[in-house]
Amino acid sequence: MENLQEYTIKVYSENHIGLLNRLTIIFTRRKINIESLTTSEYHIPGVHSFTIVVNTSESMVKKVVQQIEKLVDVLKAFYYQTDNIIYQEIALYKVPTSALTHTNEIEKLVRQYNARILEVTPDYTALEKTGHKEETQELLEKLKPFGILEFVRSGRVAITKPMKELAVHLQEKEDATNYTNHTNITVE
Amino acid sequence: MKTKKDKPLYNVKSGQEITGSEALVLSLLEEGVDRIFGYPGGAIMPVYDALYDYLDKIEHILVRHEQGAAHAAESYAKILGKPGVALVTSGPGATNLITGLANAMIDSTAMVCISGQVPSGLLGTDAFQETDVIGITMPVTKWNYQITHPWEIPGVMAKAFYIASTGRPGPVMIDITKDAQFGKLKWHYEKCTKIRSYFPSPKVQPEKIDEAAKLINAAKKPLLIAGQGILISNAQQELETLVTKADIPVTTTLLGLSAFPSDHPLYVGMPGMHGNMAPNIKTNECDLLIAVGMRFDDRITGKLEEYAPQAKIIHFEIDPSEIGKNVPIDVPIIGDAKEALSLLIPKVKKTSHKEWITSFHKEYENEYDKVIRPARHSDQGEIRMDEVVHLISEKSEGKAIVVTDVGQHQMVTARNYRFKTSRSWVTSGGLGTMGFGLPAAVGAKVARPDREVIAFIGDGGFQMTIQELGTIAQSNLPVKIVVLNNSFLGMVRQWQDMFFDKRYSFTELVNPDFITIASGYGIRGRFVSDRKDLESAIDDLIKSKDAFILEVKVMKEQNVFPMVPSGESVSNMRIE
Repeated sequence: MENLQEYTIKVYSENHIGLLNRLTIIFTRRKINIESLTTSEYHIPGVHSFTIVVNTSESMVKKVVQQIEKLVDVLKAFYYQTDNIIYQEIALYKVPTSALTHTNEIEKLVRQYNARILEVTPDYTALEKTGHKEETQELLEKLKPFGILEFVRSGRVAITKPMKELAVHLQEKEDATNYTNHTNITVE
Repeated sequence: MKTKKDKPLYNVKSGQEITGSEALVLSLLEEGVDRIFGYPGGAIMPVYDALYDYLDKIEHILVRHEQGAAHAAESYAKILGKPGVALVTSGPGATNLITGLANAMIDSTAMVCISGQVPSGLLGTDAFQETDVIGITMPVTKWNYQITHPWEIPGVMAKAFYIASTGRPGPVMIDITKDAQFGKLKWHYEKCTKIRSYFPSPKVQPEKIDEAAKLINAAKKPLLIAGQGILISNAQQELETLVTKADIPVTTTLLGLSAFPSDHPLYVGMPGMHGNMAPNIKTNECDLLIAVGMRFDDRITGKLEEYAPQAKIIHFEIDPSEIGKNVPIDVPIIGDAKEALSLLIPKVKKTSHKEWITSFHKEYENEYDKVIRPARHSDQGEIRMDEVVHLISEKSEGKAIVVTDVGQHQMVTARNYRFKTSRSWVTSGGLGTMGFGLPAAVGAKVARPDREVIAFIGDGGFQMTIQELGTIAQSNLPVKIVVLNNSFLGMVRQWQDMFFDKRYSFTELVNPDFITIASGYGIRGRFVSDRKDLESAIDDLIKSKDAFILEVKVMKEQNVFPMVPSGESVSNMRIE
């Protein structure tokens, strides 16, 4: 068995109904768990991007990306090892405000972890921290003693280090494609 | 396929207001569809009503079960090289297509299937005969789409045909709500020629052709495996030119059968689990393996680690995701096979590999003596399937369109029918769908009424879609059906015999009288259990102007050999 590794898959696609389903069944069929998935509109109008994080082998991620790219509504798909992307996740924490008023520990944590206070009410305080999973997780562990009312972490968003733009990739792909039908079969 | 200007396809003018149903029918006409397979029902009734006005332009074949429509459409597509069309209703009508879609998907066949759907306002309410067709067909279609507005119809249908038939072909499912069928639109049709996110056929890279030519020119022991890709891209002539020039033996995969004439001096049979010995054994002796339009299925490769480890491999393939999927490739040539082979031909040197080719012939003689002759020419004991297929191959002069179901008889037919004409073979390969044969025979006959269509079917598979005898009778299709009856699920029984200590768990069948059943549909036939009657019965079968069924009681426990047991190396062919 090959070594499992974390890969970030970037998919650029049309924004069509059902595409997400078509994407995920490629993983399901091969029994690959999706660790996180984020989707949003790209800066090119009409193009959507997906950021998918999986733990799998290199040979498998390669095949999966080829299968994704085969989908009619997908423009282009790539996979990256973590050192080839810049990525973040965002985490929100809801803690009881009483914990803040009794000690100044939470305030210290907010400063130390570069977190932000989003909202304070008599009942709860909402904190936000952006970073890698280990960082948001660490803050969560530190906050636990004060009581966590709610916690949520987003999927990964990532931009890539390679400089080649999507439009260039697409132009290359288009230039390398024949669009005509198969030769019409003449029935003898 | 636009007809001449003075002879319009229909009387509706561009910009004229028509119903969605009529637009659907006109879209079919615009795409050159003149025959469809289907089964009506509530949610597709408006389309059936519109179809009623176009019966002079579109022939509709009424099947007896929607699965039959899908298989018939697939077979039709394989024979004619253009998309087959199936029309069904919502809910069970659509779910009954699933096996056919999965079969066409794995066997890369262009189909456009259309299902009715409940009115859009009822979507998601568990309405009568509502099922999530888009969700349920997603893994088994190349593309699918739900139409909920009438004005979407022309554009979506154009896209459906374009996607189904370009690049690596595949089935497309279009689900259309009843209100979209009833609704109105201003008619305008434009064929689809490009989709922004779809790159159907990569251009062949000339430098890869050079690399391939270099390997071919240097090879001492080349072997070419031709798959269905040859038929899809219509590259039979290019294939023959190439191998004749470079003197390369040719083996055709199960789906590639008839892409190369069986009587050609360079033809060396079929590879794979029940293929011929020479192509299997020589796979592990060749120095260059040239695979064209095939996907290294596990039934061909056997144990992957021991598949041609000594050889360089060139893979011609239109679908980039197939490159290196199962077998590591030295030179991938991505693109259309016809284009690629045309570019390659001038670059290969005319040469001769006489000794190498003779070694295939020697291996064939060995197989002939040990396996083929005894199976084809036994003169005592029970009739063997091989005898029947061989005799029919002779009597039909290798010129029939041959259709099979799935199982032992399928392998025996693949091994024994000697194809002289191309595009003459329809079988269920990747999915191994029992019940495929009879409806596929319907599709083949509808596609080529001028050609003899002979379907070889086992007694198990026959009973999975036996109701299509009704279609054959109602549509007056002179299909010739050969039921090779061993009262067993033969292939499973063979595995039980070989790998499960002969524990024949639920593989024996108590069968009805097939001739009586056929006669109930008005189809004549003959039953043969005695060898001396076989030849005259086959003559009756072939001479018959109408549909005919020949049931042959064959050896109850015949095993198909040679065989590469599952998971073993292709060089370990067992002959008993």
